[in-house]
Amino acid sequence: MAERIVLDDASKPKLPRHAKLRFDKARDKWVILAPERVFELDEIAHAVISLCDGETTLVGVIDKLAEKFEAPREVIARDVANMLQRLADRGFVVA
Amino acid sequence: MTEIVDQAAQAAKTAKPAAPDKVVPYAVLLELTHRCPLQCPYCTNPIDLERAGNELATEDWLRVIDEAAEMSILHAHFSGGEPTVRKDLEALVERAAERGLYTNLITSGVLLDEDRLRGLRDLGLDHVQVSFQGTTPELSDRVAGFKGHARKLEIARLVRKLDMPLTVNAVLHRHNLHQLPDVLKMAVELDAERLEVAQVQYYAWALRNRAALLPTRAQLDEATALVEDARVRLKGVLAIDYVVPDYYARRPKSCMGGWGRQFLNITPSGKVLPCHAAASIPSLGFESVRDHDLSWIWDHSEGFNRFRGTAWMPEPCRSCDRREIDWGGCRCQAFALTGDAANVDPACELSPQRDVLDMPLEEADQEAPPEFVYRRFGG
Repeated sequence: MAERIVLDDASKPKLPRHAKLRFDKARDKWVILAPERVFELDEIAHAVISLCDGETTLVGVIDKLAEKFEAPREVIARDVANMLQRLADRGFVVA
Repeated sequence: MTEIVDQAAQAAKTAKPAAPDKVVPYAVLLELTHRCPLQCPYCTNPIDLERAGNELATEDWLRVIDEAAEMSILHAHFSGGEPTVRKDLEALVERAAERGLYTNLITSGVLLDEDRLRGLRDLGLDHVQVSFQGTTPELSDRVAGFKGHARKLEIARLVRKLDMPLTVNAVLHRHNLHQLPDVLKMAVELDAERLEVAQVQYYAWALRNRAALLPTRAQLDEATALVEDARVRLKGVLAIDYVVPDYYARRPKSCMGGWGRQFLNITPSGKVLPCHAAASIPSLGFESVRDHDLSWIWDHSEGFNRFRGTAWMPEPCRSCDRREIDWGGCRCQAFALTGDAANVDPACELSPQRDVLDMPLEEADQEAPPEFVYRRFGG
């Protein structure tokens, strides 16, 4: 039986097998496809998800985003952790 | 199916509202056949079931899948009837996967075995949804009119053994709602990603069997409380979709996310519909993929444009602040219950014909419901 995944700094998040990231030409945005669901990603959400390769830790993901975006690291860290935990709770991120 | 688009992943504050010039559908449901060994009395297929001789040929379905991919449809649901009756299911799944569609097999499971499931997985099948009629063989097999419960459990376990994602679809009504706690347990034990607690919607066979199936208000309230509790308890373990019979609702459901907005359904003979029940509205003409390209049908056919958007709406829908939330509810229900598909959906408490629900709701309180009329050809 599955258990709830609670992400921490050392977790290595990735999309589960049943979720697929693809670019949707007609709507000009990235989407995650899952059973009966389409998650539309904005630019930042896509930047986060693309770093979730199952090898980079949560801290590593945050570091890379902190290099890329002009925002205080603690703000990025909080937003990214919240977003990924929300996705994990709905089964769209595993670690 | 409920509204499928979810923008919750837009965690960042830069989310911009989508404003597409043109409505592009997200999902297509391919009803490959109406043949099915089960005889569930709430089947969503029409009463007038399509015979095998009228079914589209493999090359027609392959072309339709190509056209769907070109329209940027994202999900392909292989359904029926029982889609595994078709020997060409493999070829169709393979084509859909090649074209980048997210492929979902909606099945009773009773005709599947490990080799076939493994083969489908290897051809690119993304997801399997297995339907259940209850949690015990006695009740499930009586509802389905077929001895299949044990096999369903085996197939659901096989799906997970083959490391494919599983949705358990449990269709609930007055005869099996008391098993909801066991349905939740069963879904967790089967290691499903997702559970659909789908209370029967009253169209087609279910409408014919309404007096036998509609639960009481008390049953519904108990079920809702159980689902709410389970959603908290099983957060991150099991995603639960919950569909309630909207006879008990104050406002109608956003049926299919709006007529001709997100979804299309193709019948075994190739008729293209905005939802699986739409052919029940006799005044609407629906086109076939035998005669037209899928994208032409979506954009230009009368059947899709008649109730698309908000311009068709009567009052009080037209000036309602929920008109682009529920899109006026369900046209098939308006037709089935009031005789005119352009009327307000009587599931809305603002409908002038709301009292058409009085009789069915009184029937639901009867001590002894009538026998099932099973889904059969020539029913």
